[in-house]
Amino acid sequence: MSKIFGRFAALREVTAAFQPGRVYAIFGDNGAGKSTLLRVICGLASATAGKVMIFGSRERSVFTSRLGYMGHAPMLYDEMSGIENLRYFAGLYGISDSARCEQAIVAVGLDPALTRRVGEYSQGMRQRMSLARAAIHDPEILLLDEPFSNLDPGSARAMGQLVAGMRDRGKTILVVTHQAAHLAEIADESLWMSAGRIAAWERGIAAAERAAASAVVS
Amino acid sequence: MSGLASVTASNLRKDVRLEWRSKDAVNAMLFFALLVVVIFSFAFDPTAEESRQIVGGLVWVAFLFAAIVALNQAWMRELRNQVLDAYRVSPAPANALFLGKAIGNFLFISVVEALLVPLFVVFYNLRSVGPPWQLVPVFLLGTWALVVVGTFFAAISLRTRSREVMLPLILFPVSIPAVLAMVEATTMVLTGTETPQFWMTLLLVYDVVFTTVCLLLFETVLHAE
Repeated sequence: MSKIFGRFAALREVTAAFQPGRVYAIFGDNGAGKSTLLRVICGLASATAGKVMIFGSRERSVFTSRLGYMGHAPMLYDEMSGIENLRYFAGLYGISDSARCEQAIVAVGLDPALTRRVGEYSQGMRQRMSLARAAIHDPEILLLDEPFSNLDPGSARAMGQLVAGMRDRGKTILVVTHQAAHLAEIADESLWMSAGRIAAWERGIAAAERAAASAVVS
Repeated sequence: MSGLASVTASNLRKDVRLEWRSKDAVNAMLFFALLVVVIFSFAFDPTAEESRQIVGGLVWVAFLFAAIVALNQAWMRELRNQVLDAYRVSPAPANALFLGKAIGNFLFISVVEALLVPLFVVFYNLRSVGPPWQLVPVFLLGTWALVVVGTFFAAISLRTRSREVMLPLILFPVSIPAVLAMVEATTMVLTGTETPQFWMTLLLVYDVVFTTVCLLLFETVLHAE
């Protein structure tokens, strides 16, 4: 598929197949098309040419309840507490069980009784709450865009452990990041994107390591 | 249908909670409309008879401009932190978001109207010649007319660069039949010259037509890039 914004081709004839239950790390320079790839997959943007098939279908209704997306921004209401946010977003998936929302918050290492509004959370807490929001409906596919950005080393490690836990529960996870080290133990395969194309696709995080090595050499 | 109703209720609860905590829209509308009331009362200093002739127009112009503030605020909340994208990737019906927002805006604007109508009565020395209860359906139908079209066009102008300017530019021309009906019906009740039957029917038809059109088109607007 391709995605073109005006004169700029964000994705150029990308062809990819992702297998269930695996973690894919997506690396690349800024503007390489990583985030656009996730946005097209989850339906936030439409492909200019080509198509995306999820669970064998192009119909949004087939996959929206089985797919979770965590974007750059936290996608949470600043004026509401964490549990209020999760209850609202759970309702969008037909989930009215408050205990499930509390469990989702505990699962990301936060306290569901915290009455503080999300706008007053630290960056690490917002990222965790964002992950809880993306996974509230227990989706089979998780698309995570820069989950480690702006996190201190401890919070980034904790986020990595959360992703690993989801992989162990059989989720298919696509992670866009610049920080390959956090996925060294987690990623099954890695893609290196360059100028809207998939330039390399390897096991583990080899794609990132090879690209880093060639950048140092050049 | 139950999914639509429950998600609409959930969106409405969320919007009311956000507005209760920030009071952004209600405060802005209140101050704006209050300014209009005070400034025009000093500028015109009308007699009781003149007031009955002009207040219909003043009231609705004040509420129309004040509503623009609320309508822009309502969607701005969804842009912050890209929360709207979280809705777009969910299986929740698009119309539930539209209806939740429209009903929420209707409540907020109605609150402002309820607070300001007594001020209009005091500042303009208003005494209705016709039965005042007839103003209730005029206000309900008129406010819904402003809100349903305004909520829809505010969503369209959301992704434009100068959205604050864009909304009135596209909203006002489409609202002309409704504003005309609101003003005429209000003036007729206040002056007691005729029954506002025709104008209220026009408002009702406007509400039904535009609510239907907005519901039919909103999914396309929500998922547009």
